[in-house]
Amino acid sequence: MTTKPAAGHDEARQVARKVAARIGFYVASCLIAVFFALPLLWLISAPFDSSPGFAVGFPEFTLSNFATLANNRYAMSSLVNSILLAAGTTVFVVVGAALASYALSRVRIPGRDALLYILLLLSSVVTGTAAMVPLYLLISEIGAGVHPSLGIDSRFAVMLVMAGGLLPAAIFMLKDFIDTIPKSYEESARVFGASPLRTLKDVVAPLIAPGLATITVWSVVNVWGNFLVPFILLRDPEKQPGAVLMQTMYTEAGQPNLALLGAFSLVYSLPVVVLYLFVARRYGFRFHGGIKS
Amino acid sequence: MQTKSPEADGPAVEAPSHAGVSAVGTPKAKADTDVVGLGRLRAIGFVAPALLLIGVFLLFPALWTLYIGATNYERSGENHVSPDFVGIDNVTKVLGDPAFYHSLWLTLLFVGLSAVLGQNGLGFALAWSLRNVSGWLRRTVETLVLLAWILPSSVVAFLWIAMLDRDGGTVNAVLNTPGLAWLVEYPLASIVIFNIWRGTAFSMMLYGAALSAVPPSHVETARLAGASNAQTLRDVVFPHIRGHILTNTLLITLWTFNDFTPFLLTAGGPGDDTEIAAVYVYKTGLLDGQLGYSGAISLLILLANVVLALVYLRMLRRRNPK
Repeated sequence: MTTKPAAGHDEARQVARKVAARIGFYVASCLIAVFFALPLLWLISAPFDSSPGFAVGFPEFTLSNFATLANNRYAMSSLVNSILLAAGTTVFVVVGAALASYALSRVRIPGRDALLYILLLLSSVVTGTAAMVPLYLLISEIGAGVHPSLGIDSRFAVMLVMAGGLLPAAIFMLKDFIDTIPKSYEESARVFGASPLRTLKDVVAPLIAPGLATITVWSVVNVWGNFLVPFILLRDPEKQPGAVLMQTMYTEAGQPNLALLGAFSLVYSLPVVVLYLFVARRYGFRFHGGIKS
Repeated sequence: MQTKSPEADGPAVEAPSHAGVSAVGTPKAKADTDVVGLGRLRAIGFVAPALLLIGVFLLFPALWTLYIGATNYERSGENHVSPDFVGIDNVTKVLGDPAFYHSLWLTLLFVGLSAVLGQNGLGFALAWSLRNVSGWLRRTVETLVLLAWILPSSVVAFLWIAMLDRDGGTVNAVLNTPGLAWLVEYPLASIVIFNIWRGTAFSMMLYGAALSAVPPSHVETARLAGASNAQTLRDVVFPHIRGHILTNTLLITLWTFNDFTPFLLTAGGPGDDTEIAAVYVYKTGLLDGQLGYSGAISLLILLANVVLALVYLRMLRRRNPK
């Protein structure tokens, strides 16, 4: 602008400052990038290294670590357990949330808003940390009093516990989606005599597919990463998921088996990374609220 | 807006066609609320499965904490068979327990340094500096930070065990260069670094969204008026996103406060140097079996959570008044 009277050396100083700021910006960015990249580099290099150490370095390429992993009985069964827990919990969460949020969206139940807020409050307040002792006791008591298959060491019980923790947020997220669907679609279905359940399944569910996909992925990622609940409720190593087995792997042996742990870390991370890429590409990455808690 | 006849835009489906289908109740009142044929009774049936799970596995444990915390329940021995009701004795005992204050202090340090300062600050800095950057740099940084967030916590903990290993860990080698050997002196730093690494993404995303809603013209005007970077931030940007700052700070505080995953990294050790509240509850309750006593600690944690969450909900309500 012409109105700015600027002496020559002032301008030079400003340019110098700008350059310095730019350099500083890039240096800081690079440091932060390195901070975030280093552990990830280890994650992708160590599994392929014939003699992995703790230092990040270029690997002497081998695939034998994965053979070691494949031959480890506990490692493979823990992956199966993780899949079982994630699938089971997610079914409970998706079905439970779809039914509940549909009804909450369509019927004016007295105190509905208060109920939703209380649910939100509960889910953020009652976490594993504050509730781990009663949860452990609750499941032990159910196992002793009702049936051992629902007690400690029951994967089914773990699914129910995790579903209970995830449902409030899932209902909240899904209701947002359902609220945007005009009721006229369901009216037409109703004219043809469809029951509400059928309407939900055949008319509403396809319309809220993005919402269902979101809570599915969200639930799977949460269960996959959950350590505390299976840690306190599953004692039998045959039933523990990967999250718990990893901890056993690096604490129980005197010297952690890095070949095994590195390969397992990578394999255990892949599903959530793939899911993340899928969601990011398909819907953009917009998770509201706590995907991790 | 008044909604006299709901879905006036829909096809001409009015009460008559389904008056016979709906079970009971006054059809006229229903026409207003129940256009899809979900009676109130059926609606309750729809909500019931979810409520049952939430009630049994979320609400009930929370209430049970109240009871357990008021007994001398233990996992084995006489007090397991017939625990006595001891009222607030446990709470009094907790409040006189130096180990509790130690863990409380560590928790405050952990939350303050890793969440309030670390994730919050770094997340904002990243969002702010990346807002005008496009292309590979932005994509690279965002992907790295998000990956750290998305990885399972057991994996992240193990990665940091590797990074911070005493002999050979890459990051440890940098942090422990002579004259800078504070990682050994302050083991809490390890879980602080760990938590910043794995949690910054949320703040970055939240602030990214918040900043994109700040009108660029306001920032521009400030810059043209000769405001420095810091002044622009303080006087233009921060007032604009104050709600987001509060929301984010509260949320990550709540999460970090309840986070058990540092246990994966250090198991509370060495000694009790990283024994944050979550780990202390685990140790007293499930490891030592003093269930009543640790129930009382849980109760205090629950109380703190409720306070934080109420503040949060109040803010949400104020920000979106119906």
